[in-house]
Amino acid sequence: MTANCPNCGAEITFRWSSAVQTTCPFCRSILVRHDVDLERVGVVSDIPPSASAIQLGTEGRCGRMRFTVVGRIIYEYDRGRWNEWHLRLDDDSSAWLSDAMAEYAISRQLDHAPSLPTAEALRVGQSFTFDTTAFTVATLTRARYGGVEGELPFEYWDKSEILFADLESESERFATIDYSESEPLVFIGEYQEFDQLRLTNLREIAGW
Amino acid sequence: MVAPQVKGLNCPNCGAAIQLRTGELAQTVACSSCAAVLDAKDPNLRVLQQFQGKILTQPLIPLGTRGKLKGDPYEVIGFQRRKINVDDVDYYWSEYLLWNPYKGFRYLTEYDGHWNDIVVTKRVPQEKGGKQPTIEYLGETFKHFQTATAETTFVLGEFPWEVRLGDTAMTRDFVSPPHILSEETTDNETTWSLGTYVSPQYVWEAFQLPGKPAAPRGVYANQPDPNAGRAGEMGRLFLVFAALVIALLVVRQITARRDMVFKQQYVVSSRNADSTAFVTPLFTLAGRTSNVRLTIDTNLSNNWAYFNLALIDEQTGTAYDFGREVSYYYGHDSDGSWTEGSTLDRSTIPSVPSGHYYLRVQPELGTDNPTPLVFGLMVQRDVPSVTFFIAVLALLGIPPLLALLRQGAFEQMRWRESDHAPSTDE
Repeated sequence: MTANCPNCGAEITFRWSSAVQTTCPFCRSILVRHDVDLERVGVVSDIPPSASAIQLGTEGRCGRMRFTVVGRIIYEYDRGRWNEWHLRLDDDSSAWLSDAMAEYAISRQLDHAPSLPTAEALRVGQSFTFDTTAFTVATLTRARYGGVEGELPFEYWDKSEILFADLESESERFATIDYSESEPLVFIGEYQEFDQLRLTNLREIAGW
Repeated sequence: MVAPQVKGLNCPNCGAAIQLRTGELAQTVACSSCAAVLDAKDPNLRVLQQFQGKILTQPLIPLGTRGKLKGDPYEVIGFQRRKINVDDVDYYWSEYLLWNPYKGFRYLTEYDGHWNDIVVTKRVPQEKGGKQPTIEYLGETFKHFQTATAETTFVLGEFPWEVRLGDTAMTRDFVSPPHILSEETTDNETTWSLGTYVSPQYVWEAFQLPGKPAAPRGVYANQPDPNAGRAGEMGRLFLVFAALVIALLVVRQITARRDMVFKQQYVVSSRNADSTAFVTPLFTLAGRTSNVRLTIDTNLSNNWAYFNLALIDEQTGTAYDFGREVSYYYGHDSDGSWTEGSTLDRSTIPSVPSGHYYLRVQPELGTDNPTPLVFGLMVQRDVPSVTFFIAVLALLGIPPLLALLRQGAFEQMRWRESDHAPSTDE
């Protein structure tokens, strides 16, 4: 599926049919999709240099499912940055591959999140059950929007501070509560070994 | 290998070149010339701390060295000296931070020549309480070893987190050799890591370091016993041999001839105590070369007798000379009745070939009792000896027993340095 950038006229090709937002790789306009029309809502400031080996177009595997990296959100917090790479899976569903200092995890948004406390009321140590697993809030992280790139499943640009809650379970699974929207979003994930992801089309890192 | 990509900067404290090998990930960098701690996020590398010590510790693996661990290249980017204090004694160790842009971070630690290869765990280990808490992790049981407060005393190179001299963290170590699970808690967070004990040679080969590494001293918390399993292995071997020995014993018991070849009674009066020797009639020892058992059955009562004996081959004149003392005493004292010795004596002559033999006997009777000595001589051919087999079994049992003792000593040395030392409970 293709469309043209309303700002520079460049052809925009969508890798994922359900994308809500994308960026123009030429003029870096942030474009939001309305049926077939693209609306320019802003422009991406300089994408900060990245240590991540992943890039748009990187392919890999999550279990038996193949995925392609189609988008990215960069978050900044007091201890640096991390990347949330937006994945389009073989079945056209979407997931996130996070890369925080080369520690990798794949998570998916929970469709029906239970009612959760507000950002102000959330405390470390509180427990919630998501998808039959019990999770406990381990850390609260305040992050800032650091940039976007490519296709995303929602409109996401120029946010201010966001609260993230990281939750642990007794299994390999973890959860994240994202307070960027009025309704908190819940993501359930699992840590991944680099080799397990079988990534191809990685960014070349000079010297390595 | 291609030269690593670095960003060139200078130390604001001493002017030396500073390299940032992890680029945007670096949070803190310590100058490798003056050890000043610098803010890596600041474009001018603001000085956060100056190193006040006199001597810069040189890492055994220099910063920037690339090596291969678990098949992947890793580069040494940071070095820390940390210490814990136990009973007013400081124990220092070194931590090397390693980096691969695809695989992430990894650590090597070194204490007194003992090395560990460490990765941060993805899952939080679940702890079981008790006097000595344990953790079930990756199918192994980790036992609590030590809880201490670690303090950073020296830093070189870069770190993807904030590091300051004097930083402290509570550390708790759990061991299941060759693995160690460590928890580090600071004000902000708790991190768990899993270490694997590796030999110094492994590190030297991985990083192609010159010379020979220092030999590890003492026993480290998660050092595997080089002889671990030896005692068990030897024990199993012992059981195999013991079964074999017992089988041989059974065969011997079944197949032994136990021929009674001679039996005769004699009397010696006390008067002719120094009686002259006499010889027995000829008897035949048949079959293959085997042992001969002589039984002397006496009527001794509070007296002794000495028998000068020789088993003589009639044809060749070959003599097996030996002497036997028999004594039997009894009586009463304040503790009750007592006896000493026996009226019966058994002796065995090993490996006597077949042939016609006689015994030359010269008895000598003690004078403690005037009763004449009545004794029976009984010669048996091919009698199985259980004692021999027991002796063999005992000898076979020595190596596994020694291995077991050595294993115990190794474990004792390990736990002596822990919070659970068996003997130093105060």
